[in-house]
Amino acid sequence: MKYLKNVTTLTYDPEKCKGCERCVEVCPHGVFAMEKNKAIIVDKDLCMECGACSKNCEYSAIEVQPGVGCAFAILIGMIQNTEPDCGCSGTGGKKSSCCG
Amino acid sequence: MERKNNPITSSCCSEQSQTGCGCKPATTTQYPYWVTDVIKTNNGMVARVDTEWSSRVYREHFKARMGQFRMKYTLTPGLYAVGAPGDQSDVYVSANYMMSFNHVRRALKGMNAWILVIDTDGINVWCAAGKGTFGTEELICRIEKTGLASLVAHRRLIVPQLGAPGVNAAEVKKATGFRVAFGPVRADDIAQYVANGYTAEGHMRRMQFPFLERLALTPMELIPILKKFFTTLVVIFLLFGLDSSGINFRKGISEGYPFFIALFISLITGTALTPTLLPYIPGRAFAFKGWLAGIAAIGLYSWYAFNSQLITDTLLYAMLIFFPLLSSFLALLFTGSATHTSMSGVRKELKYALPVYLIGSAAATVLFIIYKMSEWGRI
Repeated sequence: MKYLKNVTTLTYDPEKCKGCERCVEVCPHGVFAMEKNKAIIVDKDLCMECGACSKNCEYSAIEVQPGVGCAFAILIGMIQNTEPDCGCSGTGGKKSSCCG
Repeated sequence: MERKNNPITSSCCSEQSQTGCGCKPATTTQYPYWVTDVIKTNNGMVARVDTEWSSRVYREHFKARMGQFRMKYTLTPGLYAVGAPGDQSDVYVSANYMMSFNHVRRALKGMNAWILVIDTDGINVWCAAGKGTFGTEELICRIEKTGLASLVAHRRLIVPQLGAPGVNAAEVKKATGFRVAFGPVRADDIAQYVANGYTAEGHMRRMQFPFLERLALTPMELIPILKKFFTTLVVIFLLFGLDSSGINFRKGISEGYPFFIALFISLITGTALTPTLLPYIPGRAFAFKGWLAGIAAIGLYSWYAFNSQLITDTLLYAMLIFFPLLSSFLALLFTGSATHTSMSGVRKELKYALPVYLIGSAAATVLFIIYKMSEWGRI
């Protein structure tokens, strides 16, 4: 299944790529592949903006504005004038029990 | 043996972390039913888990799908053992949401491994990673608190791929020395991942959203709405029963019930039918898919209702305008459950759909008022 075309905030700078393959490893939709020891974008429209690639790109070659693709969260954000935040994933601000 | 009372929390609340640790010392020796026994390690006692699912697991998963039970379906973060793990055994990271953990422990059947459960506030790996609770900081901290580095001789961690939006592998390596390998998307593929020499390719790296999963998510959409259904029902009957002399209940029910049926159809279409048939409904935008399914279902019903003289032509138009839009809106809410929707995409959908919803609702309201006024002989 594909979602809307030409909407993703994903940008990729092949100049900065060192070929570590992390993006290929983490992308859940196969947006990236390797070609001649560098990452290439196979299909940008498959991107769901989860942010796994940019989070794990050590060379800042990939940028994406991560966010939840959830209408309810975005609506609540519009009403409360806050960042979209899905209520279904708990209290985001809470510190983990590990780190007190 | 101060810690023998609760080996499960002990991995977090070890002596050196008495302060600043959120876990409360347990007072009773109570293991969850999925713990078979406790094994002794250099770092203290670790609970060993069952790799089989009892019928209770299926019942609990069903309950978690249906309602609020999922919010408290959690386990204590820390280390768990599968089989007879040693210092060379793999370490799999999971979340402290039981449904996630259950899949991991079942997938590790026949293996000797450690499971490092990190605190995600009881939320599954994917949602928690998006929020950052399944994240770099918590993982680093949990590795230190459990003393993982002295338990295993190697420095490898297998983190679920869907945890990657929250976990920066390079930072984990820098802080703890552990190299993160992102395992397959689904825990069920772990055995194959191991057999392939710890590589995941193709479908193991892809997030799918098959029919049964879409179906499993529909109660989450439908049930909260059905809870408000009765109130809506009363409002419909009151509106239709509204007469120039007061409220006529008999009239309310006889004239209002086609709207009640149309409402029910659009709820089912928007929350269950569109999500389950998602790939087969034309279009990419959820709002469009929901509208299309809505106009098909409501079109059929209103055609029947009009031909059977249950509704007037004014009400027919109101029905055809309003209910497909309701179905569209409900389908749009399913973007939150769908695994291929992006924030930019949903924003774009809302930008176009919201004005249509508002105009459509206003038009339907006007038509309803016209119907009422003509009924009262004011037009």
